[in-house]
Amino acid sequence: MSLNLDSKTPSGPLEKKWEQHKFESKLINPANRRKFEVIVVGTGLAGASAAATLGELGYKVKAFCFQDSPRRAHSIAAQGGINAAKNYQNDGDSVHRLFYDTIKGGDFRSRESNVHRLAEISVSIIDHCVALGVPFAREYGGLLDNRSFGGAQVSRTFYARGQTGQQLLLGAYSALNRQIAAGSVEMFSRTELMDIVLVDGHAKGIVTRDLTNGAIRTWAADCVIMATGGYGNVFYLSTNAKGSNVTATYRAHRRGAAFANPCYTQIHPTCIPVAGDHQSKLTLMSESLRNDGRVWVPKKKGDTRPYSQIPEDERDYYLERKYPSFGNLAPRDISSRSAKEVCDEGRGVGPGGLGVYLDFADSIKRLGEDKIRERYGNLFEMYHQITGENAYNGPMRIFPAVHYTMGGLWVDYNLMSNIPGLFVLGEANFSDHGANRLGASALMQGLADGYFVIPYTIGNYLAPHVGERPSTDHPAFKQTEADVRANIHKLLSIKGKRSVDSFHRELGLIMWDHCGMARTEKSLTRALKRLPELRQEFWQNANVPGENESLNTSLERAGRVADFLEFGELMCMDALTRKESCGGHFREEYQTPDGEAVRNDAEYSHVAAWEYQGEGIAPIRHTEPLTFDNVKLATRSYK
Amino acid sequence: MNLHLKVWRQKNAATKGALVSYEARNIPEDCSFLEMLDLVNEDLLSRGEEPIAFDHDCREGICGMCSLTINGIPHGTSDTTTCQLYMRKFKDGQTIYIEPFRASAFPLLRDLSVNRSAFDRIQQAGGFISAHVGAAPDGNAILVPKTDADHAMEAAACIGCGACAAACPNASAMLFVGAKVTHLASLPQGQPERERRALAMVRRMDAEGFGNCSNYLECEAVCPAEIPALVIGQLNRDYAHALVKESL
Ligand SMILES: Cc1cc2nc3c(=O)[nH]c(=O)nc-3n(C[C@H](O)[C@H](O)[C@H](O)COP(=O)(O)OP(=O)(O)OC[C@H]3O[C@@H](n4cnc5c(N)ncnc54)[C@H](O)[C@@H]3O)c2cc1C
Ligand code: SF4
Ligand code: FES
Repeated sequence: MSLNLDSKTPSGPLEKKWEQHKFESKLINPANRRKFEVIVVGTGLAGASAAATLGELGYKVKAFCFQDSPRRAHSIAAQGGINAAKNYQNDGDSVHRLFYDTIKGGDFRSRESNVHRLAEISVSIIDHCVALGVPFAREYGGLLDNRSFGGAQVSRTFYARGQTGQQLLLGAYSALNRQIAAGSVEMFSRTELMDIVLVDGHAKGIVTRDLTNGAIRTWAADCVIMATGGYGNVFYLSTNAKGSNVTATYRAHRRGAAFANPCYTQIHPTCIPVAGDHQSKLTLMSESLRNDGRVWVPKKKGDTRPYSQIPEDERDYYLERKYPSFGNLAPRDISSRSAKEVCDEGRGVGPGGLGVYLDFADSIKRLGEDKIRERYGNLFEMYHQITGENAYNGPMRIFPAVHYTMGGLWVDYNLMSNIPGLFVLGEANFSDHGANRLGASALMQGLADGYFVIPYTIGNYLAPHVGERPSTDHPAFKQTEADVRANIHKLLSIKGKRSVDSFHRELGLIMWDHCGMARTEKSLTRALKRLPELRQEFWQNANVPGENESLNTSLERAGRVADFLEFGELMCMDALTRKESCGGHFREEYQTPDGEAVRNDAEYSHVAAWEYQGEGIAPIRHTEPLTFDNVKLATRSYK
Repeated sequence: MNLHLKVWRQKNAATKGALVSYEARNIPEDCSFLEMLDLVNEDLLSRGEEPIAFDHDCREGICGMCSLTINGIPHGTSDTTTCQLYMRKFKDGQTIYIEPFRASAFPLLRDLSVNRSAFDRIQQAGGFISAHVGAAPDGNAILVPKTDADHAMEAAACIGCGACAAACPNASAMLFVGAKVTHLASLPQGQPERERRALAMVRRMDAEGFGNCSNYLECEAVCPAEIPALVIGQLNRDYAHALVKESL
């Protein structure tokens, strides 16, 4: 089988590609835009900004989300900030430097052209968000304030207290609301995507379930945009919101969309450690804390003394020691792995030895408690709520947790998947972060995709297809709807004994132990044996009570967990076949004697894009080669 | 710890609801309130009963999706949201009443889950700045004094949970509307539409069936985002100003 993985990267010099592509992209005149209907699934940063902008341009948009309001998308939880190459601090930043940092941060596993475009657009995002009324932090003189983030030596991160995602999403939500009021966007909340509909191989609609009453509906459009977020919840415990799921992207995968690099998952170094078996999710402490907090563990193994009794010279500030030039701001993958290493050595702190200290004592001494409170007040507050401990008086305990997924549906330079007419934006696509995402770059990417990329590139697909929108009477809609109903019926007919949540927890443990921070051929092979067994048990013994025709949270969850169970296997397969270590994918077999990742550029400088073959049949691994004309492939060093 | 729960169960808006008693046993103190309900639901499932429906998503106090009235108080006695309320705040053996957010503009969906889309419609009426993509000047072109930016941020922190309306004896949404009006009125970018916005949002709020503000200030007391009641004063001023202008 051949799969079209043409990246459609424009020719010409890197700095001119996007300009040139915009110029060459097909325009649709305003009168004709009204003739096109666009479906946007997901209204987080990426989807809300896309729906609002397309509505503003005159397209007829229908937008969907599963929460009760677009304002609640998972993007709301982003804390730390958003990057932009403004160089307001005059510290040597530039579009090229942001481009380079992102390519290097991604461990040379992303497309140069996409990343450069992202860096170029970053500048306009800030301007637009300011115009929308996003209350970014300001200096006394009234200028925008910046902070620094992991993986960078310049201050280019814009923020709104510790609630940057909230403020950016509320900005996009307000733009969306303006279009809803104007009648150009119709919004459907508490509505879950169940499947996409292909007509002659093109994405022309979707099937949804109304979560309040179970109504199944079909919707036709000229194209479909998915901005449904990441799949971190395959690990059960993660920093993602409880509802975050792989269902939308995985069901598109089942219909033919290639899934790229599913094994690239990001484990965030600064989360609150797990407290017990009842735990339902993990809470992130923004990485911005690493600006002023110092990470350490005792030098001695099994040192159970309270932190206050461990003298300075018996503390190991391991990030500062191992990575003197980046210190506590080393990138996420490296910081997380280092934390795992010291805990594996028996030097971890807190219950089970699964934690390291993040200490603010020096900063409080230097800057005063007030300054720290001003910068991170809400994070200290949250830490206090959850642990009952006051971090102004003693160090926080932190541990890595699953946070972000770099993998996603494969897209070309236009953000279109290999299914014509299916576009994928935000965390749901695989595009810009390679094997590891730098902090404050997801918000940037989501908004770049939605506000500034898709409005230009969508025309390339739509222009030649005017007037081709099918009606929902087309047999493809009837068939897909029937498939959806059959799947729901199947879930409700299991009538087993074991709760869906317990399957999800077990899946999460398998993934964390075998496909987590460190992976081996052995662990992955074991997972690949265990996962089909678990899936089989699910379909025989899951307890999914109630009926379709009501608000049924068990049924919602069951559908999502069923997809995660299949998807976990795809992740493990991807991890098994990528025989190198890069970014968030660390294979123990491929490391230097001092534990640094060893990439294999000769054989793996490519995107792995998986093609679905049917249930229980091994998917096919295709590749899109990555070429680097503007940066030199180097071993990533933060020493 | 062990707890006696009285939970509002109601299959849908068309049927009648009632408080049902459940026993929550062996609940760890480090559990969040929602994790306690997760455990109760697992128990219900194992006995072949349908779990209690409640809304939640982020479970870190920011999305505004969780919405329980606990012992008569929206979000319980915490200074944050239900999802950030931890069981260590309760006593072993305590009886806890768990009900949905109640306000006539928030129709019930099932059990503890209500429909708050009236809040979205109020925002659609005017809670925005009409800036179209591509037209913005440089982010530093208009200076914003730090105090104004901080003031805007303080009001913009509203998570849209609806606790204010649920706590108010009149089911007024003034704190919620005041927060958005104050956020945008504190910034230079928000000035051109300032009056239009206040008028449109208040009118929509009235049309949705939220009540008037009689200064009980229950809203400020339960607000997990610490939105100060001062925003209501700001809203009243902007609204009055706009009314006068409109009548000229
Ligand atoms: C705790 C935390 C902190 C973070 N902090 C930062 C930060 O400081 N800086 C940064 O750059 N990034 C940060 N990130 C990452 C960033 O927040 C996300 O990557 C980004 O917000 C994703 O945006 P999105 O629009 O792609 O998806 P989301 O915001 O996840 O939105 C997904 C949308 O899709 C909808 N949806 C999903 N599935 C379905 C379905 N089946 N049917 C219908 N609708 C569906 C949802 O309702 C929602 O509207 C953080 C992430 C976390 C978890
Ligand atoms: S004002 Fe406070 S209580 Fe009301 S919706 Fe906003 S955050 Fe919730
Ligand atoms: S679940 Fe998001 S605020 Fe409580």
